[in-house]
Amino acid sequence: MINNGIINNKIIEVRDVHFYYGGFKALTDVTMDFEKNKVTALIGPSGCGKSTLLRLLNRMNDLIDGTRVEGRVLFEGENIYDPHVDPVEVRRRIGMVFQKPNPFPKSIFSNITYGPRLSGMTRRDELGALAEQSLRRAVLWDEVKDILSQSAMMLSGGQQQRLCIARALAMKPDILLMDEPTSALDPISTAKIEELIEDLKKTYTIIIVTHNMQQAARVSDYTGFFYIGKLIEYNATEKIFTKPDVKQTEDYITGRFG
Amino acid sequence: MEERRHTSMHYERELQEVKNGLIYVGALTEKAIRSAMESLLERDSDLARQVVAGDDQIDAIDMELEEKCIRLLALRQPAARDLRFITTAIKINGHLERIGDMAVNIAQKAIILNEEPQLKPYIDLPRMADITREMIKESLDALVNEDTGLADRVRHAENTVDSLNDQIFRELLTFMMEDPRTIHRAILIMQISKNLERIADHAKGIADMVIYMVTGESVRHQFPAETETESP
Repeated sequence: MINNGIINNKIIEVRDVHFYYGGFKALTDVTMDFEKNKVTALIGPSGCGKSTLLRLLNRMNDLIDGTRVEGRVLFEGENIYDPHVDPVEVRRRIGMVFQKPNPFPKSIFSNITYGPRLSGMTRRDELGALAEQSLRRAVLWDEVKDILSQSAMMLSGGQQQRLCIARALAMKPDILLMDEPTSALDPISTAKIEELIEDLKKTYTIIIVTHNMQQAARVSDYTGFFYIGKLIEYNATEKIFTKPDVKQTEDYITGRFG
Repeated sequence: MEERRHTSMHYERELQEVKNGLIYVGALTEKAIRSAMESLLERDSDLARQVVAGDDQIDAIDMELEEKCIRLLALRQPAARDLRFITTAIKINGHLERIGDMAVNIAQKAIILNEEPQLKPYIDLPRMADITREMIKESLDALVNEDTGLADRVRHAENTVDSLNDQIFRELLTFMMEDPRTIHRAILIMQISKNLERIADHAKGIADMVIYMVTGESVRHQFPAETETESP
């Protein structure tokens, strides 16, 4: 059951979306709303289309040759696939954090200020304030405040991932997309990121793809279950994990699949 | 609906073990009630003492099942139907263990009553015992078959047992008023009746949990309407 009715304050509306990689249809007729300042988890077995949908939400799929989108993705009411829309601006307002931490081989400070610099911020004091604010929000400031000029590559995996989150936050986005942000991290770093997600949702809207069912249950308010390119069930997370409406969802989350 | 099996056969087997354990304890409690009542009706205190001794086995399985459920929660992080099954199993296990204790109470009262002349012929008590045993059996059948209709019937049967308990109470009251020498025996019989009534409550508790397990809806603390019961 696709329960879009539970979403009150919509920030993104996906409407009748079909998506193709060349001749392969990766998403079929997806319609779902995302609520502002909430965490939405997308779950499903590998190849179900959940990461494809995530990348569709900030036009990251544009970067892959031979892809095609049908349907509309409305961000605050405007279709981000309209020809006059600048995909760079879309990606600034809808940031993304990837599975593996991917800091630039530069200093911690430069990692955070790289994007803002490109978009025209030059004053050192402004950049410094922005770096501090972003690192604080990503709960990394206390760990790196004395080593800002050192290479980001010397940080641990968990710290690197929080740095990538800080880097995304420095662009002052409205939405953060997270593609399995903790799958390469140990349990402690994972717990820190999950804690961070809880804090961040006060300011940002978060959409997260995860293979870790317990993580979806812990961090998200809403969960969408995908299977073979279709949205099978979309419901409040608590509902999904205690009494899902669709048997396929129940089979998947209880490990009765395949 | 056809039930898919877990990808992990080990997990599947552990869940099945819990279910089998509940059915086994259920059978032990039914037998304990039957023997406790028989010890009263046949004035067989040796049988009553066997019921008292047999409770150790019920307690041991109770502990073992609870441990299994806790281990499943900790290690498997169950969700949805599995989560509902395991939480249900923990509660049903508790109900069954208490039912075992009530059977012991009945047997202990029977031992004392058997020392004295019988106060009156027992008519309603065996009926109550039959209904409560049937309720336990049917509530566990409902668990195995995920049958909410049957669970609902068990919930209604509780009203019949309550009425029988009230009737026995009134009847014994007249005995006691007419002849104070009957008070000791009458109170013991009342306690047996009360224990049977409590057993029916626990059987209803099991049926409530079966409905929760199947539908996700909690019906505990909701009582089926009196009008729908058959009169005792």
